[in-house]
Amino acid sequence: MRAPTGQDIAAGDVLLSVENVSLAFGGVKAVTGVSFDIRKGEIRAIIGPNGAGKTSMLNIINGFYHPQHGRIAFKGKARARMRPYDAARGGIARTFQNVALFKGMTALDNIMAGRTLKMRRGFLWQLIRLGPALAEEVEHRHRVEEIIDFLKIQSIRKIQVGKLPYGLQKRVELGRALAMEPDLLLLDEPMAGMNLEEKEDMSRFILDVNDYYGTTIALIEHDMGVVMDLSERVLVLDHGVKIADGTPAEVQADQAVIDAYLGLSH
Amino acid sequence: MFYREAGQFKTSYIADQAIFPIAQDRWFVIGLTVFAFLGVPLFAGQYLYTEVLIPVLILSIAAIGLNILTGYCGQLSLGSGGFMAVGAYAAYNLALRLPQTNIILVFLFAGVMAMLVGILFGLPSLRIKGFYLAVATLASQFFLEWAFARVKWFTDYAPSGSVAVGRIELFGYPIDTPGKTYVFVLATVVVLALGAKNLVRGRIGRMWMAMRDMDIAAEIIGIRPLHAKLSAFAVSSFYIGIAGALWAFLRLGSWEPLAFDVNRSFQVLFMIIIGGLGTILGSFLGAAFIVLLPILLNQLPSWLGIPISTATISHIEFMLFGAMIIFFLIVEPHGLARLWAIAKEKLRLWPFPY
Amino acid sequence: MLGPILETLIGGLLTGVLYSLVALGFVLIFKASGVFNFAQGAMVLFAALSFARLSEFMPLVVAFALSVLIMIALAYAIEFLVLRHLVNQDGIILFMATLGIAYFLEGFGQTVWGSDIYKISLGLPHNPIFILESVFPGGLLIDPSELIAAVICAAMVLVLAIFFQVTRVGRALRAVADDHQAAQSVGIPLNQIWLMVWAVAGIVALVAGMMWGAKLGVQFSLSLIALKALPVLILGGFTSIPGAIVGGLIIGAGEKLAEVVLAPVLIRAFDLAGGGIENWFAYVLALVFLLFRPQGLFGERIIERV
Repeated sequence: MRAPTGQDIAAGDVLLSVENVSLAFGGVKAVTGVSFDIRKGEIRAIIGPNGAGKTSMLNIINGFYHPQHGRIAFKGKARARMRPYDAARGGIARTFQNVALFKGMTALDNIMAGRTLKMRRGFLWQLIRLGPALAEEVEHRHRVEEIIDFLKIQSIRKIQVGKLPYGLQKRVELGRALAMEPDLLLLDEPMAGMNLEEKEDMSRFILDVNDYYGTTIALIEHDMGVVMDLSERVLVLDHGVKIADGTPAEVQADQAVIDAYLGLSH
Repeated sequence: MFYREAGQFKTSYIADQAIFPIAQDRWFVIGLTVFAFLGVPLFAGQYLYTEVLIPVLILSIAAIGLNILTGYCGQLSLGSGGFMAVGAYAAYNLALRLPQTNIILVFLFAGVMAMLVGILFGLPSLRIKGFYLAVATLASQFFLEWAFARVKWFTDYAPSGSVAVGRIELFGYPIDTPGKTYVFVLATVVVLALGAKNLVRGRIGRMWMAMRDMDIAAEIIGIRPLHAKLSAFAVSSFYIGIAGALWAFLRLGSWEPLAFDVNRSFQVLFMIIIGGLGTILGSFLGAAFIVLLPILLNQLPSWLGIPISTATISHIEFMLFGAMIIFFLIVEPHGLARLWAIAKEKLRLWPFPY
Repeated sequence: MLGPILETLIGGLLTGVLYSLVALGFVLIFKASGVFNFAQGAMVLFAALSFARLSEFMPLVVAFALSVLIMIALAYAIEFLVLRHLVNQDGIILFMATLGIAYFLEGFGQTVWGSDIYKISLGLPHNPIFILESVFPGGLLIDPSELIAAVICAAMVLVLAIFFQVTRVGRALRAVADDHQAAQSVGIPLNQIWLMVWAVAGIVALVAGMMWGAKLGVQFSLSLIALKALPVLILGGFTSIPGAIVGGLIIGAGEKLAEVVLAPVLIRAFDLAGGGIENWFAYVLALVFLLFRPQGLFGERIIERV
C-alpha cells in the first residue's frame, strides 16, 4: 500500500532525527536542547507532565513552529525551515489534541480530503469530471473505504463530523491521517477523553497500523498503561528538557522520571 | 411512500457519488430541465421572461460564483458588484473594438478578465482573514466602481458615462426576443452550474471546504493556502464576471457603473445567505427569492387595495430583506437549501412520520 | 501651496474625528461582545433621522432626550429579537445578522421618518474662522462647528476609555468579548451586558449622527459614510478606543489630501473624468495597511494555537 520513497530506509534505521533543538516564544522556553531519534517501523511514545513541551515538539516536527537552534533530519536529509504542507508532502501526518477535523464535511469527505496529495487530475478534468477525474475519484474512494473498513466507521461515513461523538471523531481524524499513507504518523494524545473500551479500540488500531502498514508512529500520551503496552521506546520530557529515553521498563524505573511526575524536581 | 430509496442499491462508487443519487431526484431534475427548455417557451410571456426568468438565471450564476468563494471556501467577499462590472465592461470593450467576435468568446473573455482581476484582488486573502478580508474586498469594490466611472477609455469616452450594446447574435442567429434570450441564458446556466457542481464535489471542492473549516488542518494534509484561496477567487470571479457580462448585455442593454455598485454586492451576498451557503441549489433558490420578493411586494398594494408609494415599497423591501436574513440566521443558518433538504427528509418518511 | 494643503489637512483631521465617532460605536460593540456590528452605520442614520424629525417640532434638548430613549429601545429590540438567539454562533453568522439589522433599520427608519433630506440645526456657529492670518495670506479656513464636534468626540472617547479600563462592568465586557460561553459560566449576565453595550453604542451613534447630519444633512448616503468607518477600524484595530481616534484622523486627513494632491496627478495621467478618489482611498489605504500589519495599529495580535 505504501508508495516507495525516494531513498528507502530499512526498518530499524533512523527515520527522523532531532538534534539539539531549542524553541522559545519570547521568554517562554518551550523546548531546550532536545535530541532524540525515531526509528523506522517503531512506535515511540513521548511523555511528560503537562507543559513539558511535548506538543511543541510535535509542532516542530510538523513545521508549525521553527526552532531557533538545532537540526532536524528526516529520511536522512537535513530539513530546512518548512511549512506544514511541506511536511505533509514529505510524508508526515498528524492528529491533534483537539480534534482538527473539517466540521462542515462528512466523515467520508474528511478522509477523502486526506488523499488530496495523491490526487493529480487537473482543474479542467475536474470541471468535466467524466473520464480521468472520475476514475481517479473512484480509485481513491476504494482506498478510503479500506481505511473506513479498517477503523470500523462504515455506518457513520455520510454523517457530518461535527455531529459525531468525540471518540468517533478521533477515529475519523486517524483515518484522515492514514489516508495520506504517511511515513511518519504523529498522534497527539489519541486517547484523550476516551473510556476504557474506546482506548482499547484505539490501541488496537494503532498497533494494527504499525503492523499492517508498517507506519512509524510517534505518540504523545498520558495513560501509562497505554504507553507501556504500545510503545517500544519512550522519550520523557519535563519543562522542555529531555530527562529520559529508553524502553518503557527502563523509563518507568528511572528516578528522574518519577521525581518529575511527582513534582519533586525543580 | 413515494419518495423512498428502498430498492435503490448503489453498486458502484460512481452511483454513490452521483449528483442525484436518489432516482426520484434524478427524474425530477431531468424533468425540470426538459420543462425549462421546452415547456416554458410554450406559455411564458414577455414579462415572465424579462422580469423573472432571465434575471433569476443570470443572478444564479453570480450567486454560484460568490458561493464558491464565500460558501465553499469561506472567504467573505463584498466585491461581487465590482467583478460583475469587470465582466460587463470587458465584454463591452471587446465587442466594441472587435465587433466580429463570436458572442460566446465575448462572454468567456469577460469571465477571464474578471478572473485575472479577481486573482489580483484575492492576493490579500493570503494574509488577511475574516472581517478584515471583507473590508479589503470593499476596497476592490469601490476602486473598480470608480475606475469604470472615471477612466473614460472603458466607456469609450461616452459623455454620460453610460454605455449600450447593439444587436447580439450567435453564429449569425440573432438573439433578439426574450424567448431566445431565455434559452441562451438557460443553456449557459446549465453548463456553468454543472461545471461548478463537478468542481465542488471533487478534490478541488474538498480543498476549498477544508480551507473554510480549518485552514490550519488543511495545511496538515498538504493543501497550500495560496493555491486553495487563489483558485477560489479565480473560479468565483470567472463566474461572477460572466454573470456581469450577461446582465449587462442581455438584461440591461445599456448601463452605468451604478448597476454594479456596493448594493449589488450585498444583493448577491444575501442571495447566498438566504439560499444556503455552500450549496449550488442554494444559489438558485436565493436568486429566485431576491428577484421575486420585490415583484411580490410591488403587487401588494393592488392586492390589498391600499395605495402604497413606490418609495415606501422599496423601504419595506429593505425591511423584509433584513428581517428575512435575521430569521434565516436564527432558524436555519444554512438557508433555503437546508430547508429543502429537511423537507425531502420528511418526505421520505411520509406518510409515516414515526 | 502650503496654505491650501494645510487647510485641507485640518479639514481632513476634523472630518476624521467624525469618522472616529462612528468607529467608536463599532469598537464598543466588538470589544464587549465580539460582534462585528455592520449595522452601526444604519444606527447612525436611524438616530440622525429620529433626531432631525423630532427636532422639527420640539426643542433640541427634548428631541435629544427622546432620541436617546429611542436608541435604548432599539438596543432592547436588537438584543431581544436577534442577539439572544444567536449566542455562541460563529462570528460570521453574527456579522451577517448585523447586516440584516442594517438593512432592516434603513428600511424601517425611512418608512417611519420619511426619506427626504432633513436638516439638523444644532445652533452651532457656522461662520468660518480664519486662523494663522499672519502666516498665510488670508488665513486658513476652519469650520467652527467641526471644531466643536471634535471636542465633543474627544470628550466621549475619554469617558468611554476610562469606563472600560477601570470599572467592574468594563472588565466584564472584556470577558464577554473573549468568550460568550465562558463569561456566562462565571455568572456574567450576558443579556444585560449586551443590552447596555448596544445602548451605549446607540447613543454614540446618535451623537455621530447629529454631527454628521448637521454637516451634510440627514440622508440615505449617511450609511455609506458609516461604511468608511471600516477602514478606520482596520487602521486602529477593532478593539482599541484610542485606535479608533488615530485611525479616524489618518483616514480623514489622508483621503482629503489624496483628493487634493493625488487626484490632479491621476486625472492628467489617465485622462480621467474627474476625481472622486475619496470613494476608495480610505479602503485601499486600509488594504495596504492590512498587508503589513493585519491587526491594525493598536489591535491585538491574533495568535492561533494548535
